[in-house]
Amino acid sequence: MTTPAIELIGIDKRFGAVHANIDVNLTIAQGSIHGIIGENGAGKSTLMSILFGFYHADKGEIKVRGQPVKIRSSTDAISHGIGMVHQHFMLVEPFTVLENVILGVEGGRLIGPALAKARASLKHLAEEYELDVDPDAIIGDLPVGLQQRVEILKALYKGAEVLILDEPTGVLTPAEADHLFRILKTLRDEGKTVILITHKLREIMAVTDQVSVMRRGEVVANFATKDTSVEQLAEAMVGRRVLLNVNKTPATPGDVLLDVRNVTWRDKTKVARVDNVSFTVRKGEIVGIAGVSGNGQSELLDVITGITKAASGEVFFKGEDVAAIDDAGELRRRGMAHVPEDRHHRGLITSFSAAESAILGYQYAPDLGKGFRLNRDAVINRTRKEMEEFDVRPPDPFLKSAKFSGGNQQKIILAREIGSNPDLLVIGQPTRGVDIGAIEFIHRRIIALRDAGKAILLVSVELDEIRSLSDRILVMFAGRVMGERGPDATEGDLGLLMAGVSKEAA
Amino acid sequence: MQRGELPTWVDVGLIPLINLTIAFVVAGLVVLIIGENPFQAIWILLSTPLSSLSGWFNIIYYATNFIFTGLCVAVAFHAGLFNIGGEGQAYIGGLGAATPGLLIGGALAAVLPVWVSTPITLLICLVASFAVGALWGWFPGYLQAKRGSHIVITTIMLNYITSSVMVYMINMVFRPVGKMAVESRAIDDAYIMNARELGRLVGMKLPASPLNPGLFVALAAAWGVWYLLWRTKLGYEIRAVGANMDASIYAGINPARIIMITMAISGGLAGLMAFHEVLGAQHRLVLEYVQGAGFVGIAVALMGRSHPVGIVLAALLFGLLYQGGTELSFANQNINRDMVVVIQGLVILFMGALEQTFRPYLGAIFAKVE
Repeated sequence: MTTPAIELIGIDKRFGAVHANIDVNLTIAQGSIHGIIGENGAGKSTLMSILFGFYHADKGEIKVRGQPVKIRSSTDAISHGIGMVHQHFMLVEPFTVLENVILGVEGGRLIGPALAKARASLKHLAEEYELDVDPDAIIGDLPVGLQQRVEILKALYKGAEVLILDEPTGVLTPAEADHLFRILKTLRDEGKTVILITHKLREIMAVTDQVSVMRRGEVVANFATKDTSVEQLAEAMVGRRVLLNVNKTPATPGDVLLDVRNVTWRDKTKVARVDNVSFTVRKGEIVGIAGVSGNGQSELLDVITGITKAASGEVFFKGEDVAAIDDAGELRRRGMAHVPEDRHHRGLITSFSAAESAILGYQYAPDLGKGFRLNRDAVINRTRKEMEEFDVRPPDPFLKSAKFSGGNQQKIILAREIGSNPDLLVIGQPTRGVDIGAIEFIHRRIIALRDAGKAILLVSVELDEIRSLSDRILVMFAGRVMGERGPDATEGDLGLLMAGVSKEAA
Repeated sequence: MQRGELPTWVDVGLIPLINLTIAFVVAGLVVLIIGENPFQAIWILLSTPLSSLSGWFNIIYYATNFIFTGLCVAVAFHAGLFNIGGEGQAYIGGLGAATPGLLIGGALAAVLPVWVSTPITLLICLVASFAVGALWGWFPGYLQAKRGSHIVITTIMLNYITSSVMVYMINMVFRPVGKMAVESRAIDDAYIMNARELGRLVGMKLPASPLNPGLFVALAAAWGVWYLLWRTKLGYEIRAVGANMDASIYAGINPARIIMITMAISGGLAGLMAFHEVLGAQHRLVLEYVQGAGFVGIAVALMGRSHPVGIVLAALLFGLLYQGGTELSFANQNINRDMVVVIQGLVILFMGALEQTFRPYLGAIFAKVE
């Protein structure tokens, strides 16, 4: 057997009381695609950050191609042939592809020679690995998929033999993701080693050779991908059997509750980020909006929920036009609840106690105190009740919001919004960064709300989530609704719409 | 526990203590440079005020002013605003404190017995001080909320404007014709008796000091700020805006409105300092009576972790430094008033501006101990 590309031996890392990595042993074979899967907070990112020199392990040893090494910084990591493609790209947007590639390896005061060298080598890399990018294109003008390719090129140009990709498909359409996987397979066939961090089971099955499962800081299982199954991996991740498919009966939709007509929203530069969008949501149905992140879904949610005003168009909620209302509190009083896409920046206030976060937006609810007074006991009691009903752990209203796990934070928000007994629930990315166990719970609650005759507008970038929850699916691309499909639409069909290819238009 | 978080006792006890110690070490070095004994100097600074009743009275008198200005800074902090205009807001508040006493106090005293007219006049003065300070705080709040002008810039510029306005007002409007000193006439109709005078009423002999019942207004204000921030809907919204603007908008809070209200409350609290100082200590409207209390308020708020209880304690500490500084300049000819200002400045520097300096080190130590 050949020497493994990377060996991590007894890696241990603590952040205060949090034991992020517990005696982790991991061997990554040369020339393989190795998946690391685990729930949020399982320690995947910490482990890779240690390998790439962002953190230092408290204990343990790293071997690269059999040689013990000390990795103190990302420069050390790169010099040992380790490259990383981050979830959030580290690119300078106004620079060209070439300028980005030589960033950090300019070599001298004049960049001319480095640019010439990079140009030649980029051409070579493009031929070898199907990584075709125009070297003179401005990064900001490139689509996300190509930007990611530039990140991979950057790593390869710096001589990476081992490439770490952290959640690479979050921003990609299914077709772009497929292309990425083809690239990764080519890289492997050329002898490179790829480490793929993800929480998507399907990707693991599609592309990896080996997979390691992490749970609570430990590597709990190692499989050869061909010998395992999605169910087995999910069970290893969560530590118990999980129901991956949601059971639901067909919808029995009632009257139209939300009627969005020709809504357009422009950003500061007058670009229409939401472009002439029309749709309806009826009582007792879940309408899902699919699409790659950044195609106007967030802005559409902001317009509907009163965080911002539409530039033109009408939004009828319970028969009244609310398009001109830019007061989220007013819409809440009218019966519209909103679980925001970004729970850390909107959904709760991380420095507040759980109880204080649990009344965010409902601080004027009459049962929380008369007049200007906020009745603390009432707030605590309401929070206790909601925590019990939604199984928030730990059920401590005084604990700081930041100290709950992602799933429990999301449960606090859901409890608050569903607890307000809304007529319409607008919900963005309900399970982003939420562990599998909680996903199951959250999905059940959403369907229960629908079965109670409420209207639900769901936005998610997870196609599986959209397909398993929605009664009708709309796909957004570049601010427009590309088409509507039923819940039985195929992934390929939706994928085309997400990429902006519309049969209706063709 | 997450990285960078420390146990509460470290945060509110150990860190201020370390900062204070280092401030004294550096101050001691300065004293050493001018050829004096630093231990003796610091001993005089700290022990003399505490060894006499009059010292204590003076400490508490200074602390009263610092409570007002500390609360002023703290309320704004909670909304994420750095109000460094406490100095000007406290100064302009003097117009509100003095005017009712001068204008209508006499008329009230003419128709009502003194023991009825004085409290009524004082109440009007109290409200007016708050209102004038509030207006002076609201204005930069408005500029921030509606025009996007940064509050740090506007409040500090208003301090200078205030200074000129007050010179003009006192000299041209309040100064009685023919009087040489640039000050108003005595405000006899809104006279807050000091502790010594009150003691004399009941036959107690107390030392001379400006300490007066304005202290109770300060303590009531401290309680009021606590109640506002942690027991009312408005306070909840103020803290929400300060902690997370996006989440506040999501929650239907109008940040512009909250910023203006908060700045008005903040300015009003500084204005109350004028009530205490002008009517309780000076008994006339004089120039520059704030004497840096507005800036000390920043250090007090930082050291008190923007919590009213912490502010009261921090205000007492700064009261001790002020009184001790005065005693020190009396006791040692070489350490003059300016030297004392240097020492106080060092304490403010380490407690305020460099307050976070030692946090990361302590964080690392405690992370290891855990």
